[in-house]
Amino acid sequence: MGWQDLAALLIVFAPGVAAVTAGLGQRFLGDRGAMAITTALVVSAALAAGTLFFKHTFGAHEGAAHGHTIVLARWIDIGTFIANWAIRVDTLSVVMMFVVTSVSALVHIYSIGYMEEDPHRARFFSYLSLFTFAMLMLVTSDNFVQLFFGWEGVGLASYLLIGFWYKKASANSAAIKAFVVNRVGDVGFALGIMALVFLIQVPQASIAADGTVAATYLQQAGIETFSSVQFETVFAVIQNNLLVQPIGALQAVPVQSASFEFLGQYVYGLEIVGILLFIGAMGKSAQFLLHTWLPDAMEGPTPVSALIHAATMVTAGVFLVCRCSTIYEFTTVAAMIITLVGAVTCFFAATVGLAQNDIKRVIAYSTCSQLGYMFFAAGLGAYQAAMFHLFTHAFFKALLFLSAGAVIHGLHHEQDMRRMGGLWKKMPLTYVMMLLGTLALTGVGLPGVEQAHVGFAGFFSKDAIIEVAYASHDALGPLAFWLSIGAAFLTSFYSWRLMFMTFHGQTRADHHAYDDAHDAPWVMALPLILLAVGAVLAGGVFYDAFVDHHQADFWGSAIFTAPDNHVLHDRHDVPFWVLLAPAGAWISGLLFATYFYILRPALPRRMAANGGPLHSFLSNKWYFDELYSFVFVRGAALLGDLFWKVGDRKIIDGLGPDGATRLAQAGAGGLSRLHTGYLFHYALVILLSAVAFGAAVLFGQARG
Amino acid sequence: MNGLPLLSLTTFLPLAGALVVTALRMAGGARLADGASKPIALIVSLACLVVSLIALQQFDPSQSGFQLVEKVAWYDGVSYHLGVDGMAILLVVLTTALTPLCILWSFKSVEERVSDYMIAFLVLETLMIGVFCALDLMLFYVFFEGGLIPMFLIIGVWGGKNRLYAAFKFFLYTLLGSLLLLAAMIYMYVTVGTTDVQTLQDYPFDPGVQTWLWLAFLASFAVKLPMWPVHTWLPDAHVEAPTAGSVILAGVLLKMGGYGFLRFSLPMFPDASILFQPLMFILSVTAIIYASLVAFRQTDIKKLIAYSSVAHMGFVTLGIFAFNEAGIQGAIFQMISHGVISGALFFCVGVIYDRMHTREIAFYGGLVHRMPVYAALFMLFSMANVGLPGTSGFVGELMTMVGGFQASSWAAAGAAVGVILSAVYMLTLYRRTVFGEMTNEKLFDIRDVTFTEFFILGLLAVFALGLGVSPSVVFDITEGSTRDILQMIGK
Repeated sequence: MGWQDLAALLIVFAPGVAAVTAGLGQRFLGDRGAMAITTALVVSAALAAGTLFFKHTFGAHEGAAHGHTIVLARWIDIGTFIANWAIRVDTLSVVMMFVVTSVSALVHIYSIGYMEEDPHRARFFSYLSLFTFAMLMLVTSDNFVQLFFGWEGVGLASYLLIGFWYKKASANSAAIKAFVVNRVGDVGFALGIMALVFLIQVPQASIAADGTVAATYLQQAGIETFSSVQFETVFAVIQNNLLVQPIGALQAVPVQSASFEFLGQYVYGLEIVGILLFIGAMGKSAQFLLHTWLPDAMEGPTPVSALIHAATMVTAGVFLVCRCSTIYEFTTVAAMIITLVGAVTCFFAATVGLAQNDIKRVIAYSTCSQLGYMFFAAGLGAYQAAMFHLFTHAFFKALLFLSAGAVIHGLHHEQDMRRMGGLWKKMPLTYVMMLLGTLALTGVGLPGVEQAHVGFAGFFSKDAIIEVAYASHDALGPLAFWLSIGAAFLTSFYSWRLMFMTFHGQTRADHHAYDDAHDAPWVMALPLILLAVGAVLAGGVFYDAFVDHHQADFWGSAIFTAPDNHVLHDRHDVPFWVLLAPAGAWISGLLFATYFYILRPALPRRMAANGGPLHSFLSNKWYFDELYSFVFVRGAALLGDLFWKVGDRKIIDGLGPDGATRLAQAGAGGLSRLHTGYLFHYALVILLSAVAFGAAVLFGQARG
Repeated sequence: MNGLPLLSLTTFLPLAGALVVTALRMAGGARLADGASKPIALIVSLACLVVSLIALQQFDPSQSGFQLVEKVAWYDGVSYHLGVDGMAILLVVLTTALTPLCILWSFKSVEERVSDYMIAFLVLETLMIGVFCALDLMLFYVFFEGGLIPMFLIIGVWGGKNRLYAAFKFFLYTLLGSLLLLAAMIYMYVTVGTTDVQTLQDYPFDPGVQTWLWLAFLASFAVKLPMWPVHTWLPDAHVEAPTAGSVILAGVLLKMGGYGFLRFSLPMFPDASILFQPLMFILSVTAIIYASLVAFRQTDIKKLIAYSSVAHMGFVTLGIFAFNEAGIQGAIFQMISHGVISGALFFCVGVIYDRMHTREIAFYGGLVHRMPVYAALFMLFSMANVGLPGTSGFVGELMTMVGGFQASSWAAAGAAVGVILSAVYMLTLYRRTVFGEMTNEKLFDIRDVTFTEFFILGLLAVFALGLGVSPSVVFDITEGSTRDILQMIGK
């Protein structure tokens, strides 16, 4: 076991140990002890992950690029359904480990300041570490089932943290909503795993004939077909287009063209697996139709929003799609659905972000929108670009959230931007930090001279995605391109609106709050500064490795691109105006925001007051919550009552036991005695049974 | 050790304990017996656990067929025949492990007629173990039906206000099932000339006959499991039963239905089982969705968990009738997992019921402020019930669905809806009882779990998590029986 394996073990398990220690030992450790232990362990994991990541990026790529797996223990093992507890080290997991542990470590440190007055700090830190552990299990999994373990594990941590202030009714509702909406996605994911097992039934002969799949599977003598939920095997089968024989199929066919019946429809196996897995991704990453939980999740403490609902957990869906690049490279419909949902989300969420007044909700919709960018990039085949945006976004979005947290902290838990304004004088450091985050989010940089690498992080990653959309030959490419340009304009508008409403102009805070407003203490400022370094530099420094000249070496076998997929290369050939378009979008967004919120601040207030259908449509988030609550929540309650009061009581009981009683009473009036003498009667039945049986025995004997 | 009749010892040890308590009672009067019955019952049930663990240790999972067999001929084709396969030995251990916990729990929560209660519990344990060990249909029937008598007593004597109605309902349902099972049994005996399970498993019943026999067995097992639409006795029985009674009811008695399908219906009537697969899938999925929706609307904690049991048993029948390794392995695992989780949930209800004497959800709220340890344990079991990966609930649900998917994607998709709904009703229950502000003054000085309660719930928590992380412990043991069953059904 080399140092890399040891490091990986440390990275994954240190937060797990931290969570258990702080969770079970909080009585003995006290708040300070619990905070110290969790923070120290997560920071050490982050240092190890940083070493692994930088060595991999700037050193020789051999180690992780090929990828290898450390098997820890058996988990589920039934027939050919084998899922181990394991850690997979390859480029995707190394990148994710770095993102997760570094943001988590900074959030742990920040929380020491932010949660200073909370009576349940030990519990809070235990949950944070638990989340980190689950997220690491998710990204380092070598099979679909462990990934699902992490997937639901982060869902649990998210539920616990959104509802952390459990006295608040709104926090409890938001926590349940998050868990349940995620579960809808999770069920899609689980069905995807089942469909995969159903599809990937490889006859022994197929392997022997091909020889590319590890020979170890051949050694499982006596098994006619093997199936797998392990990434390495599944992807090898698909890439080599081996023969598979879906359960019930009469003959083996190449996997890429294999089809089977699903819910009464004949479908291509890979397409249905891809679509079902993506439903899981939609839930976790709050994509259009399953997005409603994310804004409500802002009920949780702000460090949680930064860690879980911006930088890490919500990107798990993007990670899943990239991890399954092999599957999506051989699907058409599934990939198009991803592109469509991603493109629609990036635009839809940005429109809603325009009309929100809660500072955290603006950033939440922004997150939703940026995740849309990542998805359509992946849908168009540019998984590397999706991962790059995931990477840079983690830093600048965490920075924005934690800065917003500093504002909220400095204003004694005020979150409404209508009661802010003019704060830059009171909290200059926070202002600068938020400004850097905004510049990174809106994608400020010098277009056309990419080799000079001048720009904030988001400039490199977002513009790469927009170029991909233009360069793609996919039918949905143009749609994605124009929606993303539109979203870039809206992003700039709502981001500057947030900056102006919070920090500029006349203050609208009441003067006590304004006078008391203060910058963050150093323990909160330090994480901001470190994240700001990421928000400024992460784009330029890693551009080459993630999406440009060295991307093939960098990603190795972790991301698969089909031989005819050149979209990452073709994006260099787009016309010059395409490079300028995003810049045009952010500049005009800035200008509009300046006009509305600096030059004519009364105008938007009048517009909001007068209402108008468009404004209510946007501020009510396209009325999704109302619709869902009407259809699903009320529907479930109605059906539940119907089944209970009519189905069980009236029909089943009425025709069954109660009806029988009534009938007997009406007839003989005798069964009421049964009520009291039921035990006697029961004994009598048993006795009669025995007699009857004895008679049968005798009868049988007489006959024989 | 090989010479000892381990299964007979396990089965009848509790009965011997019950006889000792009875003798004490007759000789020394109720007061003496009440005092002595507690330690006697606990020691006997622990000894029974030890013997069953020895039996488990003697069991060789690599062998197929029945092991630890004891056979004494009784009468012309009927014999005293015991033996276990992997599935049965684990269900025996589940029984012997839950019983001491129930007895320990009852030390403080049962105050009236203590020695009678302990006698009933010990007799019940003997009959439950017997069900899983019997390899003669006649013997099985005696244990299977006899077990209901002590259960009736436990509900009827130590139960709640409406106990008579509940017991009566249970009686009516069971009566129907029993009579049909008996009729089928008589027919089989007359036809084959024996009630020996292994002989009957090998006997090729005519497919037309199989259909009728299968339906007769279904009547009995469906009530016990319970399946939709013969489930309505369960919520009433649970609501009225004392805590330990609920734990045994949900933890062990419901499993007899699933066990019956796997031991009798599938191997003896393979053609009929395959014929009725669509029906069983429809009933399973209906149970899962219907019971989950009803659970969502309950105002009584125990009723909610009872309906949740109906839904979770739906996964068991889904897995069994998938007729593949994943499905059947998953179904057996789900039975054991549900035994642990539902048992723990009923203990959790018992904790607050013992303090407040109400099961109304609306009465509670904000318990976490006074009972943080309880809140943590209850959260863990709620999540296990929801089927969170890492807990045993996940493995059972996933594998039964994987198996079900291979037989019918409709069935798996339907069951998956239940996975969403379980989160809805469990988290809503948890929120209403544990989270929020504590507004009910009566709750202000409620105490957190006692040491005994913590010990019992903590132990079950270890199992819920341990089986979730390392389910192969179970799968390795049940692999042989699953293969045998699949072979007998020709799959």
